[in-house]
Amino acid sequence: MAWFKREDRKIKIPEGLWIKCNYCREIIYRKEVEKNSMVCPKCRYHFGISIEERIALMLDEGSFKEQDSNIYPFDPLTFRDSLKYKDRLKNYQKSTGYADAFISGEGTINGKPVILGVFNFKFMGGSMGSVVGEKILRATEASFSSRSPLIIVSASGGARMQEGILSLMQMAKTSAAIARLSEAGVPYISILTDPTFGGVTASFAMLGDIIIAEPKALIGFAGPRVVEQTIKQQLPEGFQRAEFLLEHGMIDMIVERKMLKETLAQVIRFFG
Amino acid sequence: MPKELLEFEKPLIEIEERIEKLRSYVQIEDPRIHAEIEKLTKRSQYLLERIYLKLTPWQKTQVARHASRPTTLDYIDILIEDFVELHGDRHFADDPSIVGGIGKFGDRSVVVIGHQKGRGTKGKIYRNFGMPNPEGYRKALRLMQLGTKFKRPILTFIDTPGAYPGIGAEERGQAGAIARNLFEMCRLEVPIIVSVIGEGGSGGALALGVGDRIIMLEHSIYSVISPEGCAAILWGDGTRAPEAADTLKMTAQDLKKLGVIDIIVKEPVGGAHRDPKIAAQSLKETISKALKEIESIPGDKLAVMRYEKFSKMGVYKEDH
Repeated sequence: MAWFKREDRKIKIPEGLWIKCNYCREIIYRKEVEKNSMVCPKCRYHFGISIEERIALMLDEGSFKEQDSNIYPFDPLTFRDSLKYKDRLKNYQKSTGYADAFISGEGTINGKPVILGVFNFKFMGGSMGSVVGEKILRATEASFSSRSPLIIVSASGGARMQEGILSLMQMAKTSAAIARLSEAGVPYISILTDPTFGGVTASFAMLGDIIIAEPKALIGFAGPRVVEQTIKQQLPEGFQRAEFLLEHGMIDMIVERKMLKETLAQVIRFFG
Repeated sequence: MPKELLEFEKPLIEIEERIEKLRSYVQIEDPRIHAEIEKLTKRSQYLLERIYLKLTPWQKTQVARHASRPTTLDYIDILIEDFVELHGDRHFADDPSIVGGIGKFGDRSVVVIGHQKGRGTKGKIYRNFGMPNPEGYRKALRLMQLGTKFKRPILTFIDTPGAYPGIGAEERGQAGAIARNLFEMCRLEVPIIVSVIGEGGSGGALALGVGDRIIMLEHSIYSVISPEGCAAILWGDGTRAPEAADTLKMTAQDLKKLGVIDIIVKEPVGGAHRDPKIAAQSLKETISKALKEIESIPGDKLAVMRYEKFSKMGVYKEDH
């Protein structure tokens, strides 16, 4: 009875006033969610938030200074699908106002200096190509030389297909950078938000000294659809959610958004 | 089709069949038959050479995945003397889709690790089609650390469609296992020579791929995603894989141009599977030469050079 399935029932929601929770599928009044740092009041699912909101949430007000904003992507493979990669980049740059899917800089948390990097999922699904890799490397180097803790907030579908093998190599590049930072004894805190997958989890994102996830965030190596197609069975309830990772020992803790800054401050105090 | 010919090798079928037929007559002592066989063999060789000179990326993908293509264990068999296979990750299981051990490469003791695809239905299932679970990567890391402890060079062979996307793999931390290998490989203080011998499928390949010299066999491929996967995502149509293979730039020749790999090893005409011994011999010479170039460099310096090699990868623009 295919018509009976819940997934097939497309609910049309008028833009703006109401939003549907990605987790419990409740229709919620947008203002209520916004007041609550974009957290579903029914199930505590944490919606994606903008880079500006993320920075405001984590750092002391006005302390953020962006670095490496002068790095831009281009199209090394002259990749083309339905659209040229070059044009796709332009469209995303226009719609997001950013050059690529990652921004980084220095700031403070309760007065303590940190280096913060944040993924922008709205830019090509937060995919990691050469620019993202290079900026992570430079953020890590900034942390290395200032000895300020490195914090990276991930939200990414993985490596960026449109830059082919060069994207794959960003996994080695970023992991190498984290290894160097680790040897220098500078703390690195990785924060996983919904969703984080593929080449990002399989590199720097799972290499944090401390790994924190947001409630109910989907995190994994292979996307749930790929896993489902491979094993040809329904996936277990809660598969690849933050709670699943915590249960299997892959992350240190799940922290609600409104507690994130305080938790970070505490962790940094310990390392300081 | 004789000898598992690939679709694009079809022009050879007729000739090869004629050669075979003539061979069944060789007990008749007629020099004309021998002459004809020789002529046809030359013709077949010539055609094969011409076909292989201009393989498309998709055709190369098929050669790289050929059922008879030599696997890691085939190369170990020819290249490594006194090989002792070592098993298990010491935590959960032994993963047959990654093999590893110790042995002699020429006059050096080395650690060898590689993805392993199986042959035949049973073999393929046993090796999980060369798709490792986290314990495979953890075994690989354990062996690499063993090599480092005893200051032995590490040779890795890459041949996998990718890391296995299963429930158990996710439960046991597939992503973390791959990440840990990348993290550790870039700082091991012994020479690491990587050879892509067939399919280099994404992160599951790279997890054995951080080395001082990256070698690729002429008809092997290495990519961020399989052409089928790429086509399915881009066009919702896996059958457009040949197009995706073009677009992804995944051949040894493309990767060399992009500066991602260092050396291409020539394969026998018609691919490594037509003469595994010759393929192995060429690979051996290349690995030996690469080892000679770097083995006198102190380990700590080697690790720094490896860090620098990988930190330079990527193409972007920068305003000053």
